[in-house]
Amino acid sequence: MRPDDPKIRWVDEPKLGITGRMYLPMFAQGLTTTFKHLKRSLAGDVLTVSYPDQEPRIDAPLIYRGVHRLNRDEQGRVKCVACFLCATACPAHCIDIVGVESPWPDREKYPQSFTIDELRCIYCGMCEEACPVDAIELTSLYNLTGRSREEMIFDKEKLLSVFDATKDTEPMRSAPTEGTNA
Amino acid sequence: MGSSSELLLAADSSLSPLLLQAIVKIVVLIGGLMTAAAYFVLLERRMAAWIQDRRGPNRVGIPLTGIRLFGLGQPLADGVKFIFKEAYTPAHVDRWMYLFAPIAILVAALVVFAVIPVGGMVPAVPGLADGGQPISLVVIPGFDSGLLLVFALSEIAVYGVLLGGWASNNKYSFLGGLRSSAQLIAYELPLGLAILGVVLASGSMNLEQVIARQAQSGLWFVLAQPLGFVVFVIAAFAESARVPFDLPECEQELVGGYHTEYSGIKLLLFLVAEFLHMITASFLIVILFLGGWHFWGITGGPDAEIGWLQSLLRVAVLLGKVFLVILFFMLTRWSWPRFRFDQLMALAWKIMLPLGIANFIVVAALGEVRAWYDPKFADRFWEWGLALPNWVTLVLGWLAVAYSGTLVTDNRPQRTSRGSDSHAEGFS
Repeated sequence: MRPDDPKIRWVDEPKLGITGRMYLPMFAQGLTTTFKHLKRSLAGDVLTVSYPDQEPRIDAPLIYRGVHRLNRDEQGRVKCVACFLCATACPAHCIDIVGVESPWPDREKYPQSFTIDELRCIYCGMCEEACPVDAIELTSLYNLTGRSREEMIFDKEKLLSVFDATKDTEPMRSAPTEGTNA
Repeated sequence: MGSSSELLLAADSSLSPLLLQAIVKIVVLIGGLMTAAAYFVLLERRMAAWIQDRRGPNRVGIPLTGIRLFGLGQPLADGVKFIFKEAYTPAHVDRWMYLFAPIAILVAALVVFAVIPVGGMVPAVPGLADGGQPISLVVIPGFDSGLLLVFALSEIAVYGVLLGGWASNNKYSFLGGLRSSAQLIAYELPLGLAILGVVLASGSMNLEQVIARQAQSGLWFVLAQPLGFVVFVIAAFAESARVPFDLPECEQELVGGYHTEYSGIKLLLFLVAEFLHMITASFLIVILFLGGWHFWGITGGPDAEIGWLQSLLRVAVLLGKVFLVILFFMLTRWSWPRFRFDQLMALAWKIMLPLGIANFIVVAALGEVRAWYDPKFADRFWEWGLALPNWVTLVLGWLAVAYSGTLVTDNRPQRTSRGSDSHAEGFS
């Protein structure tokens, strides 16, 4: 684009006043800001969370995307119907489901095994979005650690135990359902 | 000096007291400087954190005990980390130059302290002093061209930077080195002009004499030559490559500048040398303009009897002033944006150089006036009265800079009404 192109809208720099040209008043102004923050920090008002000593406060645990859980229905069974929508939606291909015929009358299939590789997972939450029965959800547990790769592959029991551990602090996002083909 | 060299040679079997004294001074000075540099790095990191509403490194204390001590173990941990890192030399560098650059810059930065006094005199210590002579707190006492040595060695720092950038065989390092050398050479001039005013007024290039002169009159050179002080402080910031003059290593443009290709202990040498430059600059600011060890009413004049209490007080006053100046360096770092390179050069050549010359001329002329009316240089009235024209010079010079607006540049493509030759118009 040429400098004389009529489409260019020229914006002029604001003219510096004499204080700006003297430079020192502006410097004093900058130092004032510096001192303001210095004073605030020295009084102990800092934004840093001293993590291992102090737990971070998660403002919206229902929105936070941490470790997964598999929800249970009101009878304590896994809610999942092994429809594979989450595994299909997963961009990291970290969900592995083995679906078999359901022993219960309210659904056709249920997951015999349901594993998530928490190391491959990118915590995008697409599985949660895809799930038609709200069986898989992301919790606000952020400090996920393990000593081996195998330990980080969560199976069905582990995912259900995450639900048991978090169900009181983080309620399920939808009311319990009676199954899909009731 | 003649007698001291005889005494040095006279040592037949054991070390002569003067040699021993020099060794003790060197050991204490280098140990103190290295420790100070390490802890100033910690202080700078914590200050940075505080100014940015963070906490900063506060965890490292005594190992294996869980005692934190406000992070005072951090410099030690950093040092250990740097030393035990792999001494990696990239394949594409010029090996010897690459190795030589950090050593040269650190040696130059340390040797400067041979002529910088860290206090006045202390009373004789048995075994270290010859015949009850008081000990001067400078490694080379009575060195009459101290300021020249400081200048010569600070120029060697340019070699370190340039060699480091060149030997790295990396275009960012090379650009950083080039920028740095251009900057350091440009700001040597105003630095020298500001020092000339002090040399004229104190009549000596010996830093001890400069302090003694200020202590005698009680009129620090910051009060007598305010314009010289301003020019010197700005040039000293540029010489030690601190914000807002840290273009040699501005990471947004040059990755890491001249030490991009360095790691481990060699990088540490560069970083320590940079910090030492800042400490040197602070010492020079304090010694040349802020009265050195002198403070009205508590440290006494230069001819006072030398006692332990008073000498330690003088050391404390000098180091306290240096500490405050370093704090100012650090506060500035987090308050000011960096200059563009053309602004940096415009500041050096269009503002600092004329201001330095103006200061020098005014100081020289006033000195001549004083020599005319007060030939013995003893009259209080002339001493303090002649500071007034210097303040007037400061105000006038500052206003001249502000109104001429040499730093205000607009280097966008120019707008013209005509079509075809607008480009040529823009650069005419």
